[in-house]
Amino acid sequence: MSEEKETKAGEKPKKPKIPRQSMPEQDPHKRAGNFDSVTLGYKMEQAALEASRCIQCKKPFCISGCPVSIDIPGFIKLVKEKEYLKAAQHIKKYNLLPAVCGRVCPQEDQCEKVCIVGKKGEPVAIGRLERFVADYEAAHGEVPLPELPPKTGKKVAVVGAGPGGLTVAFDLIMLGHDVTIFEALHKAGGVLVYGIPEFRLPKAIVEREVQYLTRLGVDLKLNHVIGKIRTIDQLMKEDGFDAVFIGSGAGLPWFMDVPGENLNGVYSANEYLTRNNLMKSFDFPKHDTPIKKHKNVAVIGGGNVAMDSVRTALRLGADNAYIVYRRSRAEMPARKEEVDHAEHEGVQFKNLTAPVRVIGNEQGWVTGLECLKMDLGEPDASGRRRPVPVKGSEFIMEMDAVIIAIGTSANPLIAQTTPDLKLNKKGYIEVENETTCRTSKKGVFAGGDIVTGSATVILAMGAGRNAAKSIQQYLQTGEWTPNGKQ
Amino acid sequence: MFEILEKKVWSDEVPKIKEFVVKAPAIAKAHHAGQFIILIVDENGERIPLTIADKDANKGTISILFQEVGKSTMCLGMLNKGDHIHHMAGPLGKPTHVEKFGTVVCVGGGIGIAPVHPIAKAMKDAGNKVISILGARSKDLLIYEDKMKKASHEIRITTDDGSYGRHGFVTDELKHMIEVEKIPIDLVVVIGPPIMMKFVCKVTEPYKLRTFASLNTIMVDGTGMCGACRVTVGGKTKFVCVDGPEFDGHQVDFEEMMMRQRQYLPEEKLARETCEKQTCHKS
Repeated sequence: MSEEKETKAGEKPKKPKIPRQSMPEQDPHKRAGNFDSVTLGYKMEQAALEASRCIQCKKPFCISGCPVSIDIPGFIKLVKEKEYLKAAQHIKKYNLLPAVCGRVCPQEDQCEKVCIVGKKGEPVAIGRLERFVADYEAAHGEVPLPELPPKTGKKVAVVGAGPGGLTVAFDLIMLGHDVTIFEALHKAGGVLVYGIPEFRLPKAIVEREVQYLTRLGVDLKLNHVIGKIRTIDQLMKEDGFDAVFIGSGAGLPWFMDVPGENLNGVYSANEYLTRNNLMKSFDFPKHDTPIKKHKNVAVIGGGNVAMDSVRTALRLGADNAYIVYRRSRAEMPARKEEVDHAEHEGVQFKNLTAPVRVIGNEQGWVTGLECLKMDLGEPDASGRRRPVPVKGSEFIMEMDAVIIAIGTSANPLIAQTTPDLKLNKKGYIEVENETTCRTSKKGVFAGGDIVTGSATVILAMGAGRNAAKSIQQYLQTGEWTPNGKQ
Repeated sequence: MFEILEKKVWSDEVPKIKEFVVKAPAIAKAHHAGQFIILIVDENGERIPLTIADKDANKGTISILFQEVGKSTMCLGMLNKGDHIHHMAGPLGKPTHVEKFGTVVCVGGGIGIAPVHPIAKAMKDAGNKVISILGARSKDLLIYEDKMKKASHEIRITTDDGSYGRHGFVTDELKHMIEVEKIPIDLVVVIGPPIMMKFVCKVTEPYKLRTFASLNTIMVDGTGMCGACRVTVGGKTKFVCVDGPEFDGHQVDFEEMMMRQRQYLPEEKLARETCEKQTCHKS
């Protein structure tokens, strides 16, 4: 792990080279038993020290590495100058959710990957600095609101209060449009509230960032399942919206289609995480939604959602929490940091292992998981080596719960009631391209997981940013040419 | 927040049966027969699905009817006229497939009579001859008799104890209609306890009599996101919230559905007991 090379907080930096500052963490054994934050954030001095590692490139690559093009050197300069509040306000010009992105963005694949400092050593810890300034701002009184331009009189509906929708809403309210967000659940945030656990992203932070949006004047309508309570056509024709952005996400969980999958004790990761994160069932019976406390839990999959699920199972008191993944650790789509955290907390990895059957007892409860050993063969379409079953390698693991985290597909509710909205073969909404985000329906835009399939928070935000630009252009010109250029 | 405009106690016998008329104009306007809502009593509450029993689109109200079987419904039942339900999302699920079938028999068991009511109404409006069978344990527990009379051409009642109507189960009445009276039936719609729906489907199956069963499974979000509500229909896994709640009753694996319904019995008991001891955070 790269962080082993880093210095501890407070240690005197050796000139000329200041090492990348490590972030304090809760002890792995302790944290595996609670839902508090795993990482604890920089102290002020550490942040300033880390910021001083930035060499303020004339042509910064980090900005182009960021899906929402934050002026990274700009805010880091302010941190170096200890102008933390100004730094936060500077980021907010580009990104509504810095406290979120600072925590959950895969910076190692984006801004930090292309950081020049990183070419000959460790890159500047951009994500940690972003998190620091956002937290600093929140801890120092109410965040001042930017000045809003005069109202344009245009109305935009945003479907889904996830990261994509929130970004669109922010960008458009800042341009003077009236924005209404329709959210299906009883809390705003989408995957930020139902999917990502408290220990990785405290819900109070999401709430704070959503509140900022409502303080700016965005109308947030919770409990509104578009496609059911209102259709897209009704929004446009009856409710007077000039444009609609669909950011309803890839909500439908996949199951494996193996025998025994409907036994009691088998869950989709979405169910397991939603119970725990959105409904706070870890605090049952104080909160009414129950969750089972299983002893031996297998989580199928190797992505971030699988890591979130398995770490949640540990925190709920599992004796053995396993990741069952058909490829090897090198192919795991999860962030390295998340896999490492899981391992430190005591998660057991059963890699090169594929489930073939869930075994249950007469009462219908899971008792075991039958698996098959895998070998890695030739690379497949994804470029990763294809897992090949080893004949006769079946074995059974004793288990009382199986959580399936192998991905999700498009939520069909909007498509079902919007017949002229073109979908691709997989059921995702087809857009002209990722810059215009225009769907087949005039005035209707889409972005995030409902277009791309499951991806990341920041990519949905990037799509939201592009969609907002495209919506602005459409609202100003009224033009809707099939290959309209930006 | 959704204001309770009227409260009616149908039965004071435990588990109590209560009905609310709630102000929810947008839901009332969008609602079609067969759809449900998800409500949350207060901020610590769970999301519970309840089928819409009636609506008045002009007044902007919907009716929900429930039996106090767990903590959440007990807390719900403690609310009174003028109180508010914190969250309500809907209408959810696919509407009932309504067309002119001919003769439609609507079977409602227990509080399942309430959700069958809008379906009977819609079937009657579509030009069907509607015969409804209402089943209850006893006369005191029979709900919606008047409303069902209006929504049907004819109603028949059965009680388990014989205190009203036919002494027996809805299945006895249905069998009698098919086998003895030889009434030509084109469609049966059934809502009630899973075991009752299972046996109604068993009665109609040998006659290849098309039967819709509306399922009420465990749900969390109710929008297709979690899969807690999954059932096997015709050998395939379906989500009750977005693929249903109505399915071809002859294809539903009721045994599996009942097994899945029992998942949280110990937790439900714990929640109920904690609530009874502490007089519930909602009071």
